[in-house]
Amino acid sequence: MMYLKSAYEIRDKYLRKDMLPTIFCPGCGIGSVLQFTLRAIDDLGLSQDEIVWVSGIGCSSRVPGFVNFDGLHTTHGRALAFATGIKLTNPDLRIIAFMGDGDSAAIGGNHLIHAIRRNLDVTVILINNFTYGMTGGQVAPTALKGLRGTTAPYGQFENPFDIAQLAVSAGANYVARWTVYNYIQGINSIKKALQKEGFSLVEFLSPCPVSFGRRNRMKTAPELIRWYQKITVPLAKAKKMKPEELEGKIVIGEFVDRDRPGLVKEYREYIKRAKKMMGWEQ
Amino acid sequence: MKYPFPVGKSDFIQGDEAIARAAILAGCRFYAGYPITPASEIFEAMALYMPLVDGVSIQMEDEIGSIAAIIGASWAGTKAMTATSGPGFSLMQENLGYAVMTETPIVVVNMMRGGPSTGQPTFPAQGDMMQAIWGTHGDHMLIVLSPSTVQETFELTIRAFNLAEKYRTPVVILGDAELAHMRERVYIPNPDEIEVVYRKLPANEEEAKLPFGDPHGDGVPPMPIFGKGYRTYVTGLTHDESGHPRTVEPEVHQKLIGRIFRKILGHKDEIISYETFELDDAEIAIVTTGIVSRSAIRAVKMLRERGVKAGLLKLNTIWPFDFGMIEELAERVRKIYVPEMNMGQLYHLVREGANGKAEVELISKIGGEVHTPMEIVKRVVG
Repeated sequence: MMYLKSAYEIRDKYLRKDMLPTIFCPGCGIGSVLQFTLRAIDDLGLSQDEIVWVSGIGCSSRVPGFVNFDGLHTTHGRALAFATGIKLTNPDLRIIAFMGDGDSAAIGGNHLIHAIRRNLDVTVILINNFTYGMTGGQVAPTALKGLRGTTAPYGQFENPFDIAQLAVSAGANYVARWTVYNYIQGINSIKKALQKEGFSLVEFLSPCPVSFGRRNRMKTAPELIRWYQKITVPLAKAKKMKPEELEGKIVIGEFVDRDRPGLVKEYREYIKRAKKMMGWEQ
Repeated sequence: MKYPFPVGKSDFIQGDEAIARAAILAGCRFYAGYPITPASEIFEAMALYMPLVDGVSIQMEDEIGSIAAIIGASWAGTKAMTATSGPGFSLMQENLGYAVMTETPIVVVNMMRGGPSTGQPTFPAQGDMMQAIWGTHGDHMLIVLSPSTVQETFELTIRAFNLAEKYRTPVVILGDAELAHMRERVYIPNPDEIEVVYRKLPANEEEAKLPFGDPHGDGVPPMPIFGKGYRTYVTGLTHDESGHPRTVEPEVHQKLIGRIFRKILGHKDEIISYETFELDDAEIAIVTTGIVSRSAIRAVKMLRERGVKAGLLKLNTIWPFDFGMIEELAERVRKIYVPEMNMGQLYHLVREGANGKAEVELISKIGGEVHTPMEIVKRVVG
């Protein structure tokens, strides 16, 4: 599958012109992932009026402001809790949560785990750039050991979170991870995710040359992308590798694709059960 | 419509239960909560009732998530509530500010218990009044209501929803552990006996394009809820009338915050409610709110029996605050007493209102017991 529509056509159809230019720095990957997401929406023929974009705080969380949809730009880490209220109130709405790694896995970690546990019907597009870009390059909980940030200037000494694996363990219906250069796989994954009942998450390794790369001897996006090529291992290959060989590597691919009932369906059943148990309905 | 509890008749129920029933009668169809003493019974009643009225009741991972979920639900078009006590209320503060900034109608109940920290979970207190008013960061304006009986708890809950919807604002109900668990006779009206308000929706495309504007001149913009094709963008960043972030222009911030203040303060006579008892010829005024008012009424009677011309001003709304009314009161009484279950919070508001026209004395009591009438009488007669 190729995605041949011009980027201008996608831009003109889906972005709020009066909000451009974006706040993103040169070399930033968020714009690419946004384009993947919009191409997936376009390809599926989804209506702009049936989708709500939700986000927390951070560079990637500014995305709902640039797209011409309903959008809720909320507080740091809490996007999925807000999304819970929107989705359960109006299940006809499709929800895209555009999140960063610090936003989703640090301050919002608990909401992420529990939204997945509930199998909340939402598609998370997750920008993982190993850093807090907006506040100037502090280390994120995804940062691999040894990577530098302003709050670990001598190299990260903590263990990193693997968000995709976390999502699989917590019970998500669909989880994939790519880098911004896997654009066809990325768009295909977002398309799958958007059609899923329950929780779906597509994580992207996304360059942040200004806040992250420059502190780690990768001042430009191409350098970061070459680094991704070095540290990523496709899932099929990873399965044949020993754990010590995978040390410091990041596995990419489609980790899970299953169809457990989503929260909306479970709650509808719960309402039926309640009415039956109270003798209101047969 | 069928209700999961009797309507049009009286019942003998707890304050927590009264809040749940009132919320459902006011049209609330989304509840998100997290267990906490002494507010859990509100959640438990909602959990029982909500599915039966096709509403949602969901247990979130914490109170931050609870208030977040109800804000989301409100933007999706329904009336929504959460309830908690001190520790949970502290966790909610950031998103309470988000609701102020995004002008989201929600109702947040805080059944106060002794604090700070875990404090006295099962005992009443009034230590969160200043937090309810000033707890979230930045310049903000919201409405805080304070009932003193289970019947009032029921009525003020309905009023809380109506005010939230009418002014597109969060409303806080401050109860306490005593009201939460005390059972009293409450009249649960028929739905047609209750006035129920729903938010203004955009009348046309033009209004929908200004979700944070002021097309009607009352400071309250119509709310273009999600899923109607309005493509509304809502942010906690300082934003212009269309909702676009504009964070570096002082005048945009001044205009937005100015209107959020104006829409409440400009209607404060409508929002503020209070009751008086024997106040017309009083030389000694007692100003109270919440559970302590019950002892204060008795204290006024006892003082009158002793020949002291005492009267009571009982505040049902504690924010916005009518400083002018207190000043007028201070001009015609000798002294004002403020009994409250904290180290002095309402006292500071009353003293500011009195503006030196009368002496104001705090009758503070903490530890989890409500003032006895005699404790108030003794302080007044010396």
